[in-house]
Amino acid sequence: MSNLSRRKLITGGLAAAGAAGLAVAAKLADRYGLIPPDHGGIYGAGATLTYASQRLLTRHSLAREFPRSLISKDPFPNGDPPHDEDFGRLEAGGFADWRLAVEGMVARPTSFSLAELKSYPQRSQITHLACEEGWSFIAEWTGVPLSHVLELVGILPQAKYVVYYSVQRDWWDSVDMADALHLQTLITYGMNGADLPVGHGAPLRVRVPRQLGYKSIKYLTRITVVDSLAHVRNGLGSLSPEIGYSWYAGI
Amino acid sequence: MADSAWVPRLATSVAATTDTPRHAALVRVTHWITALCFLALLVSGVEIVISHPRFYWGETGNVLTPSLFDLPIPSSRDTVQTGYSYVLPDQNGWSRYLHFQAAWVAVLTGLLYVVSGVLAGHFRKNLIPLGTDLSWRFKHSSGSDPWSYNVLQRLTYLFVIFVLFPLVIWTGLAMSPAVASAIPATVTVFGGQQSARTIHFFVSVFLVLFLLVHIVMVYLAGFRSRTRAMITGRVPYKEQP
Repeated sequence: MSNLSRRKLITGGLAAAGAAGLAVAAKLADRYGLIPPDHGGIYGAGATLTYASQRLLTRHSLAREFPRSLISKDPFPNGDPPHDEDFGRLEAGGFADWRLAVEGMVARPTSFSLAELKSYPQRSQITHLACEEGWSFIAEWTGVPLSHVLELVGILPQAKYVVYYSVQRDWWDSVDMADALHLQTLITYGMNGADLPVGHGAPLRVRVPRQLGYKSIKYLTRITVVDSLAHVRNGLGSLSPEIGYSWYAGI
Repeated sequence: MADSAWVPRLATSVAATTDTPRHAALVRVTHWITALCFLALLVSGVEIVISHPRFYWGETGNVLTPSLFDLPIPSSRDTVQTGYSYVLPDQNGWSRYLHFQAAWVAVLTGLLYVVSGVLAGHFRKNLIPLGTDLSWRFKHSSGSDPWSYNVLQRLTYLFVIFVLFPLVIWTGLAMSPAVASAIPATVTVFGGQQSARTIHFFVSVFLVLFLLVHIVMVYLAGFRSRTRAMITGRVPYKEQP
């Protein structure tokens, strides 16, 4: 055998093994839910590596919780609350008529009132909220674990993602089941011992403390359980990837 | 070796006997990949910092709290008071995707470089100062070889490879709420997430300073021949010691 054909054989073999390895890795990654919805495009490789590695590393880890003394005195409420008539009317009524619809792949689609949500077992936690811009604050958040609400409506076995919508039209997002069922993922209605202020998302704000602030959407009004994000709006699991922010924001 | 495919290769192997080997292929490839990643990380990093050009110490900080220091530049977000009357275009979106993608490529390339560098004796042969080298003056190690590095250059390269790069990666990871949830010490050793962000900024500044000095020194030593050596791996025959 000449050197040339040996070299060809080795490089060819390596390339084939590499391609086969990649194909197997992709299949395994898909099977274990390690591929994010924004895996396409030129930045898909980086987004996928981040999501897959962090999902393996953090499936059950708990976000850091802090002593009361570290609660920020000046939590910055980024963004404007909705200023339409409907929201104004609901706010004037103390959000007594606010509803949270939970539907999709669930056994019992339900519409919850704020009072109902407040009657469920509550959890309070002092966690960090970090914005993608670079600033942050620590607050105590009080609410009902999302997992409790999902248990009440009975998620079907094929459920893979939980999509949630703000009343603000373009603000919607989603998490995988690892984050949806995570102990610290809350539907919050309280902050620092009082009702959640409107600037911070009253009456209901999702809190996903292991991800950046933009996953914690305010003015929560609807939750849909799905088995795939491919047919939800843009197919990317959130508006964020359209404007350059990764769907998975554990960074 | 009667294979005809070897004929064109003959020419290069003749040339190879007249030039001396300089940089190993792996060093050259990882050098240029790192250079590209560094450029991408720098541009995207600047864009990200523009969205909040304020720095803090400890766990938290935002526009309602005092800062450690502010960069004297305008911001791409109207929530930050900068003293400028205008807001820059917001380029944070693609910058973040690019920053993390380039970071992955840089980290994987760096791992390849360090592991192969240890195995091939690259650090021992080329970067660890020689025992006999006690002079801190701008003098070349290993006698009269003008292509070798002096002790200050060697220590600088080692500092960049084994201190600054790991630190910039670490402080980057320390800003991740998910990584911090799995390994809290990632961030607590720096005293908080905002401290890690501030250190990340300063290490990046040091890396940029290193890059500038690196380019100046390449220029002083002979830009064409040094760049050629990092691309082809060879020192031209006429420049051999």
